[in-house]
Amino acid sequence: MAHVIFRHRDVENIKELDVYVANGGYEGLKKALSMTPEEVVNEIKAAGIRGRGGAGFPAGIKWSFMPKGDGQKYIVINNDESETGTFKDREILEENPHQVIEGALIAAYAVGADMVYCYWRGEYMDAAYAAEKAIKDAYAGGYLGKDILGSGFDCDYHNHFGAGAYICGEETALLNSLMGNLGQPWSKPPFPAQAGAYHKPTVVNNVETLANVPPVMVNGADWYANLGTDQSNGVKIVCMSGHVARPGNYEVEMGKVTYRELIYGDEYCQGMRDGKGFKALLPSGGSGPVVLPDALDGNVSFEGLNAYGSMMGSASVIVMDEDTDMVWAALKMTHFFKHESCGKCTPCREGTFWLEKTLHRIMEGHGTEDDINTLDRVAHSMQGKCLCALGEFAVSPVIGTLKHFREEYVSKVRQLEAVPAD
Amino acid sequence: MSETVNIIVDGIEAEVPKGLTVVDAAKMVAVDIPVFCHHPKLEPVGMCRMCLVDIGMPMFDRETREPVMDDDGNQQINWGRGMQTGCTVRVADGMHVRTTTDHVIEARNTVIEFLLTSHPLDCPICDKGGECPLQNLTMEHGLGDTAFPFEDKMHNDKHVPLGDLIALDRERCIQCARCVRFQDEVVDDPVLGFHNRGRKLEIITYSDPGFDSYWSGNTTDICPVGALTTNDFRFGARPWELKPVASISPHGPEGENITMSTRQEAKSGGRVVIKRIMPRQNEQVNEIWISDRTRFGHHFADADDRLMTPMVRKDGVLQESSWEEALSLVATKLKDAGANAAGLTGDRMSNEDLFAFQSLMRKTVGTNNIDLANARIGGAEVTAKVGVGTGTNLGEMGAGDAIIVFASDLHEEAPIWWLRVKQAAQRGTKVFTFNLRETRLDTHTTETVLYKPGDALDTARALLNGVKMADSAGDGGIAAVAKAITEAENIIAFYGYEGLTADETGSLSRILGNMLLVNGNVGRVNNGLIAVWPHNNTQGAYDMGINPAFGPGYKEIAVVGKSASDIYTEGSEALYIMGSDPIGDGIMSGRDKIGFLVVQDLFLNATAELADVVLPAQSWAERDGTFTNGERRVQRYYPAIAPMGKSKADWQIIGMLEEKMGGGKPKFAASLVFKKAIAAGVPQYKLMDYRSLAQVEKQYPDVGGEDLYYGGTSYDNKHGLGQQWATAAESGEVEAFDIPEVKTSKVSGIATVRTAALYTNGSLLQHSELLETRMAQPRIMINEDDANGISTGDEVQVRANGETMMLTAYVNGVAPQGVALLNGVPHIAGVIDAEIIKG
Repeated sequence: MAHVIFRHRDVENIKELDVYVANGGYEGLKKALSMTPEEVVNEIKAAGIRGRGGAGFPAGIKWSFMPKGDGQKYIVINNDESETGTFKDREILEENPHQVIEGALIAAYAVGADMVYCYWRGEYMDAAYAAEKAIKDAYAGGYLGKDILGSGFDCDYHNHFGAGAYICGEETALLNSLMGNLGQPWSKPPFPAQAGAYHKPTVVNNVETLANVPPVMVNGADWYANLGTDQSNGVKIVCMSGHVARPGNYEVEMGKVTYRELIYGDEYCQGMRDGKGFKALLPSGGSGPVVLPDALDGNVSFEGLNAYGSMMGSASVIVMDEDTDMVWAALKMTHFFKHESCGKCTPCREGTFWLEKTLHRIMEGHGTEDDINTLDRVAHSMQGKCLCALGEFAVSPVIGTLKHFREEYVSKVRQLEAVPAD
Repeated sequence: MSETVNIIVDGIEAEVPKGLTVVDAAKMVAVDIPVFCHHPKLEPVGMCRMCLVDIGMPMFDRETREPVMDDDGNQQINWGRGMQTGCTVRVADGMHVRTTTDHVIEARNTVIEFLLTSHPLDCPICDKGGECPLQNLTMEHGLGDTAFPFEDKMHNDKHVPLGDLIALDRERCIQCARCVRFQDEVVDDPVLGFHNRGRKLEIITYSDPGFDSYWSGNTTDICPVGALTTNDFRFGARPWELKPVASISPHGPEGENITMSTRQEAKSGGRVVIKRIMPRQNEQVNEIWISDRTRFGHHFADADDRLMTPMVRKDGVLQESSWEEALSLVATKLKDAGANAAGLTGDRMSNEDLFAFQSLMRKTVGTNNIDLANARIGGAEVTAKVGVGTGTNLGEMGAGDAIIVFASDLHEEAPIWWLRVKQAAQRGTKVFTFNLRETRLDTHTTETVLYKPGDALDTARALLNGVKMADSAGDGGIAAVAKAITEAENIIAFYGYEGLTADETGSLSRILGNMLLVNGNVGRVNNGLIAVWPHNNTQGAYDMGINPAFGPGYKEIAVVGKSASDIYTEGSEALYIMGSDPIGDGIMSGRDKIGFLVVQDLFLNATAELADVVLPAQSWAERDGTFTNGERRVQRYYPAIAPMGKSKADWQIIGMLEEKMGGGKPKFAASLVFKKAIAAGVPQYKLMDYRSLAQVEKQYPDVGGEDLYYGGTSYDNKHGLGQQWATAAESGEVEAFDIPEVKTSKVSGIATVRTAALYTNGSLLQHSELLETRMAQPRIMINEDDANGISTGDEVQVRANGETMMLTAYVNGVAPQGVALLNGVPHIAGVIDAEIIKG
């Protein structure tokens, strides 16, 4: 099947405006402009595009929350892509940028916005500068700016750089950062659709989500809804990393590919690195629960891992082989969360700090059984108390590894206890 | 109370105002939901997570909208997916709240434990220890034990100066952002912020000098731990050693309610001393905020150079004397001078002092030569008729209302009013400023009208005409502003004296008074005129009749006495000056024309140095009394410290003099002066006494009291909210005022105007060492068009009226074209024609 999002893998140089247009580019926008905004929103609703940032909230419904009528509104493209093991949005914007710009324009038209901000993860500076060319070309080609394609619809597009913060992938933290404030989330309500960027109604969509929009407009909602499963329509980019032979991004139809195929399939990762045995994988980076070999039969879709106690998330799959020290892995990921915690709410700020401290002690061979219990208690006492999802998910590495690999912790603290006291 | 909703908190049914947060609503039914980051005066953020509770709503069927019932026939409650922060959720009709379930308790335990694991636990040396919300809530909700090893704690800097006034202990900080939010939301001085993230999140200041705000001390009150402390109080005392004394600020016309914390201590030689000043809640006056001038400007009270004993000039030298000797001499001289005597006062003393003074001069000495020594602003007789109505509360001004500020920089002159006008603007009140330059308020105004020097009265007249002719007003200019003003439901007008003489302000008050009369914006709540008086009891001085033309209660006097300027030019046989320094202020050239000069003051000021008798008065901190603020609210203050030396309260000194001159016995107490003299002699004060002034009522928001979580402040007002006296307009018609022609100060060259500064290096503030670096420096600001080769940093000579000042020049875009602004210099009335020369 031809790629829907990763069209650059089928069409060379589609990042250039003329190549994109010659291959059906901006046809979705033209179609949208021929419809009423309500019709566009309904089309996206009918297609059932779910958010690709991880939460899977239906994009059409999100758009429909925007107030009707005049007044300043914004579209914000979430390109903060910071989840551990995620690198899909970068490829989309580097190689097929116009599809995202087009998707954002359709969103802007649908909700009545005239301004698009693309919020770039700070570390993606080089890629963002490259993307400036696409924006310039789109302005020159009449796809951005005043009276787009003679329709009377105006829309501007700006790139904005973050400073490199995981939390700024959280939509309210992203908006704060965009407005020049400290990148900290706010307690919702207000939701961005009520008061987002500069306190105006705002839609925040992931890059990949918006890239799904133009094909829907061109091919129709039915076409899209027929792709994938009942609950997960369309295609998904999966980011494969870790101990596999051929890591990288792969576009798959939802529900049609299992994690086993992703790892061992010839089209995909072609097996484990160095032929090692599989131990565990993190289906959604550090913030999703770790799963064991039995979950390899689960498929890539929003519901595909429910039976295994985990979730697809943004489909950043980190594969770990038999040699992986799971306590080390938990420490590594916990360190990440501790480093990225914004510090706004108490449980996350303090909890991640103490989780890391305690893991560190265990890793260094100074831990005790009590430390394992402390980990357990801290992780559980953070749950359900944090201001945003970062803190809620930051306990996943600890809770997941304690659940499945407790004996690895125990063996580390036993080593210590075997040493006679002086 | 406005619209209400019904909620159920832990089974208690309650009707609470709509829009309240769950935390504040629960408080109304005596359910304490603990908080750290939440403060009812700040926007909710929900970041400390201490207030997590169960919040549920009655369930309705999605299709039919019918209530969903349980087996017992009660409507089912949807408790949602998890706990919610009570500080961010607003109450809704039918809402259920549970604050005592196991997981709520567990959440509190957890948050407390997390906070404490990163907290230094140095309570035994912490200034907040004993009144600390973290301590209190730990006692209530803490586990008392932890699994986290103490040696793993993160250690941070404990002595970080956030400027000269406030110190930060980064280790104690619990990152609640109350200080940051206060600076951003409440006072619009966004000079604090967070730096870094995660456990390294720390408070920093962006400004230079650090923490540059007139409000910085308030952050130490609302800090729920000992992270922010004032350098005034830091390590000064333990809170439980302190005795709270209710008082009123001795600075500014707003009448800030304060609490003085005092302690008797060995290091002060066994004296009772003021350790700190904190706000006292009065929602009508200062809410729970005070300016840093009030907080740090108390050191004059127990300054070493206070006058300790009476002095009499002998052999050309002032020598210590007994009260008996000094008073006998004064009594004799005043009596001898009789109608040729004169009395001048400042406007900082209590009503009791001022009433007694004029009574002595008028009745016992027999002269109407009574005036304020340095009256900067006129119009008291106007505000007595059309001042703001009784019950006026700037905190209630909102959308549909208008506030006018004329010839005043409220931020410098009356910061509490600036704050409350700014907040009214944020609530939708239209604010209009009329000034000869831009001021701090202008970012919040609907319209800023800038007039040229000398054009203030013409501008006010144009405004008055515009209001009169609003229906036929054209577009643009003052007419449009006037039209917008007439559309307001309530109008409050402030007027000040920047660039105006006292005579000009008198006319200005009349013009503005007439403007308010056009549509009846007088005599009722939230309408009327307010003079931005220079000092804390200027209003009281006028009320008590410190004026050659009217007596107590603005009663006109048949034989008008000499005014202060008459006395300075013509002299007097015997002059009695109370609490003022006309020679130091440069308005009295010397004492050559004065036969006998007696000065009663706190300090040996320039006038006192030339006096024949010097009498040591007590500061406000040593005695009780009343001040009347610019909104005509009479407020009581209480004695905090023992008298310095042999000093006496001004009213006592006057009483003793009166006795020596054949009057009656002196009163025993200030309360009796008020009851027997003031209430009897000033009709407006008839219904007041010390008991009625001490009355309090429950105030909202509830930020004081015995609660565990707002503690650490002295917000509670147990000693009186004061009483406003009613203007003439409240009891009958007021006729339009005549507007006397006055000489307007216009100049041909660059108009030089003195602007007020909050921290002025006068006899009071110079005793507050902490404020030294913040004191307004003598400088002149010039427009670049007028600079004529002068640039920022140059030393320039400013010559006017035969005197020369050396000032540092600033060509910084502040002064409008044709105007030079003098800052940090003594008061100069009106616009002066100065020569500005480089070098």
